[in-house]
Amino acid sequence: MSEPANPPPDQPGVRRPERAAIAETSEGAQELAPRAATRPEELRREVGAVLRIPEGGTIDTGDIDVERTSDETMIINMGPQHPSTHGVLRLMLELDGETVLRTKPVIGYLHTGMEKTGEELTYVQGGTNVTRMDYLSPLTNELVFALATEALLGVEMPPRATWIRMLMSELQRVSSHLMWMATNGMDLGSTSMMIYGFREREMILAFYEKTTGLRMNHNYIRPGGVAADLPDGWEDDVAVICETILERTYEYDELLTGQPIFRERMDGVGNITAEEALALSVTGPILRSTGVAWDLRRTMPYLAYDELDFDVIVGTYGDNFDRYAIRLNEIRESIKLIRQIAERMPPGDYRVQDRKVTPPPRARIDESMEALIHHFKIFTEGFRVPEGEVYAAIESPRGEIGCYLVSDGTSKPYRMHIRGPSFVNLQAVPTLLRGGLIADAVAIISSVDPVMGEVDR
Amino acid sequence: MSASDQDVAGVPEPAGMALPEVPMAPGRWADEVAFPPRDRYHELVAAYRADGFEQLSDLTAVDYLTHPGRSLPPGVVPERFEVVVTLLSLSKRRRVRVRVQVPADAPEVDTLWDLYPGAEAMEREVFDLFGVRFAGHPDLTRILMPEDWEGHPLRKDYGVGRVPVQFKEAPGPR
Repeated sequence: MSEPANPPPDQPGVRRPERAAIAETSEGAQELAPRAATRPEELRREVGAVLRIPEGGTIDTGDIDVERTSDETMIINMGPQHPSTHGVLRLMLELDGETVLRTKPVIGYLHTGMEKTGEELTYVQGGTNVTRMDYLSPLTNELVFALATEALLGVEMPPRATWIRMLMSELQRVSSHLMWMATNGMDLGSTSMMIYGFREREMILAFYEKTTGLRMNHNYIRPGGVAADLPDGWEDDVAVICETILERTYEYDELLTGQPIFRERMDGVGNITAEEALALSVTGPILRSTGVAWDLRRTMPYLAYDELDFDVIVGTYGDNFDRYAIRLNEIRESIKLIRQIAERMPPGDYRVQDRKVTPPPRARIDESMEALIHHFKIFTEGFRVPEGEVYAAIESPRGEIGCYLVSDGTSKPYRMHIRGPSFVNLQAVPTLLRGGLIADAVAIISSVDPVMGEVDR
Repeated sequence: MSASDQDVAGVPEPAGMALPEVPMAPGRWADEVAFPPRDRYHELVAAYRADGFEQLSDLTAVDYLTHPGRSLPPGVVPERFEVVVTLLSLSKRRRVRVRVQVPADAPEVDTLWDLYPGAEAMEREVFDLFGVRFAGHPDLTRILMPEDWEGHPLRKDYGVGRVPVQFKEAPGPR
């Protein structure tokens, strides 16, 4: 930035937007600093050498190219407004030619204080808040919040509520993975895949609209059950969705899986080992791509997943292609699950019949004063949750989503923390990118599948 | 590949290490909760790591400013802040939660970054939103809030703040 020789005198009431804007966009110490200005331990973290510390206790500094002077390399900025960073992700990359040496994600551009907001909303309203975090799988967020609240309340779900929740979260996994297939295809230049993915996802969103009233941000899974029963004829809708999407996954195989250009971009790109993934707290398809068969649905079952038959898909090499193959096959496994759930859907209540937790049916309000009082209390004050704290965790399409809930005995959470899988998985990006080409960065970011709404919360 | 009824593949065998004696309590959702004093926090987590807790699931904090009378096991002195760490053992399929009390006048605990590199972003988040410092953290900067932000928003004495509604005719603040 060079100053103009004769800056025009400031006129009253006229701001100089260029200078002001630059000052406000700087994130200061959060940004990637040149090597000379970086402390050694920070540099070691950024070059991905941290993993040696827990094992040996000593660091082999000779193994890290810290001597590289900064005039050989350059630091470039990617994002936050970049079409392939999936939202407002900003990466700062240090490059030597086309090789990525260091990466630092700079996040927070979408931070709206949702955890603070969660402390101001009752447990009844809380679902509307958490559902907006991971906007590509809103029902998973609602589910983990509802499970945490119910663990504190100590209420037992009727079986139909549990199975409806499973049906909806498996449909959610399919729709989220389809969305990922679409955006990943677009990032790699396959525009057809983008259209196909959105087309198939639309079927699921239409079913959601029919069931929950909304395509996204449903507030459907609530503490105490679900908001409404499944609509008439849902079995047919679900059967059509399963049949169509399963058939189309084989079309994706033809379009992408065997396609040489696609394979070139995916095979052996963005490798991570199981050790690194575990140490970096990475979960979900990225962890499974390294060969660790860790899926909370199987390993720490919640809802009624232990009664269902499905496979945990794992990879071998921990590269982009493994992550792609895992997501594609998880769509098929989820369809297998949806079919089993639809077949075994038990009859009964879709929410717990506890007047202190769920509102009474509309017809009862006209007849019973008590029902009216309960209805009024639940929607104004909310229900009180016994004092305590709980961490509930389930498998979202992106990995382990957890909800740490602290109650002080009132009708609002004292603390509501969501462990977002995208936020944690983003820590793997420097490891995945290190030593690769800048041209692969887009493919690698895409394979991590970050949703910035959840990263920044 | 199916992974039913077998050990989780790809996870190394734990070495094993005696766990230090700290107050414990049962937790909900199949957890158990440990309450180490602040000076034994790092030692306890290191022992858990050697005991086969391969992954740090979650690290967060709670500000108990307006709710000091929470129930704690005997021998644990409540303080304003509490750093809450959830560890996961893939080999044992268990979780353990570590809750360490952090006083308001010196909000600082040891970093877990040297044990679990994945704690890095989470500790930055806790520092950003609660102002709890982590001794030994390599890059303790704000992560979600802007660098020049004042205050730590998730503290209980930090107001929620409201944006005044602007109607059509009224001039805005800027």
